Amino acid sequence: MWKYVARRALASIPVLLLASVLIFLLVREFGADPARQRCQASRDPQCLTRVRAELGLDRSLPVQYLDEMKNFVTGQWGESQRSDRDVSELIGDAMRETVPLAFWAVVVSLGAAVLVGVTSARHPGSVRDHTFTVLAFAGIAMPTFWLGLLVIQLFTYELQQLLGLSQPIFYSIPNPIGSGWVDSARELALPVFVLSVQLIAGWSRYQRAALSDELHGDHIRTARAKGLSERRVVWKHGMRSSSTSLVTVVAIDAGALIGGVVVTERVFSRPGMGTLLLAALRDGDTNVLIPWMLIAGIGVILANLAADVAYAALDPRVRLTSGNPT
Amino acid sequence: MTTPGEPGGAVRRSGVGELPLTGTASLFDSGVRTGQDLARDPGGAPPPARFWRRYARKPLAVIGAVILLVLVTAAVFAPVIAPEDPTPQLTAEILADARQGPSWEHPIGTDKLGRDQLSRVLYGLRVSLAVGVGVAVLSVIAGVAIGAWAGWRGGWVDGLLMRFTDLFLVIPALVVLLVVANNPDPSFFGLFDLPPATEVPGMIVLLAALGWMPMARIVRGEFLSLRERDYVEAARAAGASSRRIVFTHLLPNTVGPIVVFATLAVGIAILNESVLSFLGAGVQYPAVSLGQMIADAEDTVGTDLAYLIVYPGLVLFVLVLAFNLVGDGLRDAIDPHSRD
Repeated sequence: MWKYVARRALASIPVLLLASVLIFLLVREFGADPARQRCQASRDPQCLTRVRAELGLDRSLPVQYLDEMKNFVTGQWGESQRSDRDVSELIGDAMRETVPLAFWAVVVSLGAAVLVGVTSARHPGSVRDHTFTVLAFAGIAMPTFWLGLLVIQLFTYELQQLLGLSQPIFYSIPNPIGSGWVDSARELALPVFVLSVQLIAGWSRYQRAALSDELHGDHIRTARAKGLSERRVVWKHGMRSSSTSLVTVVAIDAGALIGGVVVTERVFSRPGMGTLLLAALRDGDTNVLIPWMLIAGIGVILANLAADVAYAALDPRVRLTSGNPT
Repeated sequence: MTTPGEPGGAVRRSGVGELPLTGTASLFDSGVRTGQDLARDPGGAPPPARFWRRYARKPLAVIGAVILLVLVTAAVFAPVIAPEDPTPQLTAEILADARQGPSWEHPIGTDKLGRDQLSRVLYGLRVSLAVGVGVAVLSVIAGVAIGAWAGWRGGWVDGLLMRFTDLFLVIPALVVLLVVANNPDPSFFGLFDLPPATEVPGMIVLLAALGWMPMARIVRGEFLSLRERDYVEAARAAGASSRRIVFTHLLPNTVGPIVVFATLAVGIAILNESVLSFLGAGVQYPAVSLGQMIADAEDTVGTDLAYLIVYPGLVLFVLVLAFNLVGDGLRDAIDPHSRD
């Protein structure tokens, strides 16, 4: 098992390197020119040349790439070109906002998706199954930012009007023990819900498809014939093999999760990584942009690596065949 | 075929055939079986009558088709239906109409500049449809070209092209879209200019550049399995050229998955465009976009004027929903085994 993990980890290094080249090219070559963004308000005709030299943009792309990489790896991320704060500090602060949001969204989505998927797969064609199907279609078609705004409208205005409260309903929820947990839960509940809707909708369909496929398998018939309880048959024998395909889908959606975080933070005005990205884009702050993008890329690759490992743990065949069946 | 450990490797190892990766395109697959089933029955689309009978059996698919028909008609005839110019000169007369509630004159009210909301929603719908369909067409062309090449040639060509595809799948799409869409005058390494994403053609190119990967993987998977068939072997033995085999024997048998992908890709593209516009990086004035309308009205949230965000979003939601329902219906009609 550990040999397998090590092999996978080693093999993701070239992917990481290529991705870093691609990310660098996208930001530098296809993104907006930071020098031009800075000089928008300037009357100095030398502004462009001066800022280019200042930012090192007048060097050739390979040289810039190697320089950026060296700085990233050695942790010298420099200062934000707008606020003069250390980029590592900015990103660290933003992460403390974003990680709980993303973490709870994934946990909530996984839990809900598995429950919904299993219920649907166990009772195909039932009213519950049909309801979940319709809800999944709705969830997937729902623009996250619109849902966020509607939820905010509901909780800051409509409910308050309806119930005749003097302040938005969220502040009316009592916090009798005065615990920080209640505060942060109150703060996170809506963003997590909004971020989770699309994930739950997609993942639950996968869980349903994978499990209902599994439930037709011979090993399930055997398990039933042995007289195991239905609960045990489904959750132990069915889930083990059907969870492999869910794990894969979850990892694939890591990129989509990052996009969702950006939108959710923007809608709820949370000062996390998404807000940081949007500000860096607006200001042409490449010192923030490039580390941000590299961290996101590393995150996606690590998620895929984790999925590979989880996959191998759930399905021993993967390790033995060294994952190269085709 | 895959380098161990590369992202997405797990999908291929699972023996699920080729799951389309990322986004909505994959969400309605019956996951585990679709790829194989479509490959097992390479008949492409069944005879039309049987096909429509199968399609009509699913109420959701029929509802989706009807909604889509209505929305497309509304978009096509928007210049006729729309009561007013969506982007009028902002005269004092127009501005005086700002923030009117629904009335006979303005069925869903006016925005903060006094522009008729219904007209703007109709024109926004046009942009959404144009972007969605344009992106689907371009991604299908690019994805089929790359996937067919990889699947037909196999070997190192396949390896190289699929590594390239995987690379695009690793980078977080929305973030990259934001970075690139933010550039007012994009060029391809200074060699030639690219259309800016602030206009519809540029937005289409940009979204397609990051949307072709699932199509390439689907087509490659189909080709890998189809090219081993006896009838392909027979064609080869009869002396048919590669070009002939690919275009007359393999591609027609891949039409089913291509159509399904294209339908779902429209929905994804529409959502992506609206997000970019909402974040201020999408198509700009004078083009009207639903995402941009919602961003414009964001400051009404928390007041009684919030209906300004409701209608553009509702149209967006229903449009994407309709495409997804149709795509799902097509999948089942083309391949009856794909669902229980």
